[in-house]
Amino acid sequence: MKLKQLESLLGDLEQFSNPKVELEQYPTGPHIASRILFTAHNSFGDVNGKVVADFGCGCGTLGAAAALMGAEQVIAVDIDSDSLKIASHNAEDLELDINFLQCDVKNLGWRGHIVDTIVMNPPFGTRQKGADMEFLHMALKISSQAVYSLHKTSTRDHVKRAALRDFGAINAEVLCELRYNIPQMYSFHKKREMDIAVDLWRFVPKVIEDMQ
Amino acid sequence: MRLLTHNMLSSNIKGVTNGFPLGIEVEKVIEKQVDFNPDFLRNMFAKVEWKALVDAARTMGYAELPEEADLSMLESDDFLKRFHHALLELHLEEGALVCPETGRKFPVNKGIPNMLLLEDEV
Repeated sequence: MKLKQLESLLGDLEQFSNPKVELEQYPTGPHIASRILFTAHNSFGDVNGKVVADFGCGCGTLGAAAALMGAEQVIAVDIDSDSLKIASHNAEDLELDINFLQCDVKNLGWRGHIVDTIVMNPPFGTRQKGADMEFLHMALKISSQAVYSLHKTSTRDHVKRAALRDFGAINAEVLCELRYNIPQMYSFHKKREMDIAVDLWRFVPKVIEDMQ
Repeated sequence: MRLLTHNMLSSNIKGVTNGFPLGIEVEKVIEKQVDFNPDFLRNMFAKVEWKALVDAARTMGYAELPEEADLSMLESDDFLKRFHHALLELHLEEGALVCPETGRKFPVNKGIPNMLLLEDEV
């Protein structure tokens, strides 16, 4: 699949109708989502034939992108049933077969390393401090191959330190800096829209084999 | 919910020491065809907890998996097809997952397990 084709398919997906600010629900736009999965597939071979999980899937854009790029199985996790409804409609519209799971990512009970790759656009932690780090911590525990995640560029040093020192990642690399467009979605947004700088990261987890 | 998902989910209620495997209460099972990919299955075999898969498949009405399995079986197409069917084609559409220690039920509706914990379970 070509990048343009992927972006255009993702552009047709339904987005949040009543976004919930406490969950920091912001859509992952088709431009960013297509580039994340395209890079993961083309530069690193982390998607095709793999089990890919989308943490905090929201409307399911990243999970759908993973399925379109040839992931063998996609597991999309979100805490919010309204999001999961939209995400499953979106999967149906694109005729994609995606596994959904309702759970708070930070409380996931998960055995083994069946998931190869995790892609996520976590809450940036502006409402619930540290939410993005909880996602990253869990992702690095569960995946066996790679974690792709977006974090605010202003937190770059902190993210790197936490990943390598606290969460046991063996590699943490910023692949590129992106402009994340935030439309005027919530009443506290004063401007019509704004761009914030975010980093696209690729982390490599340290895999400790289970004793079973 | 596929048994692939079941094979990695465990109950994470506060105080539970071994939340795996979750029991399954079946209300409705459906089957969906998936493309057969032997390489993927061989790769998955090493990561799957076999006994949990066998028991879960049986609960879902599919008793065609051998109790024990080893790497030599991955040469057999017949074995791989059974493994494929159990892991990827059976879906728990309605029912519940049950914590093996506390008996707490996690509902599965429209194929989506709800693993949300209550405040006092975190």
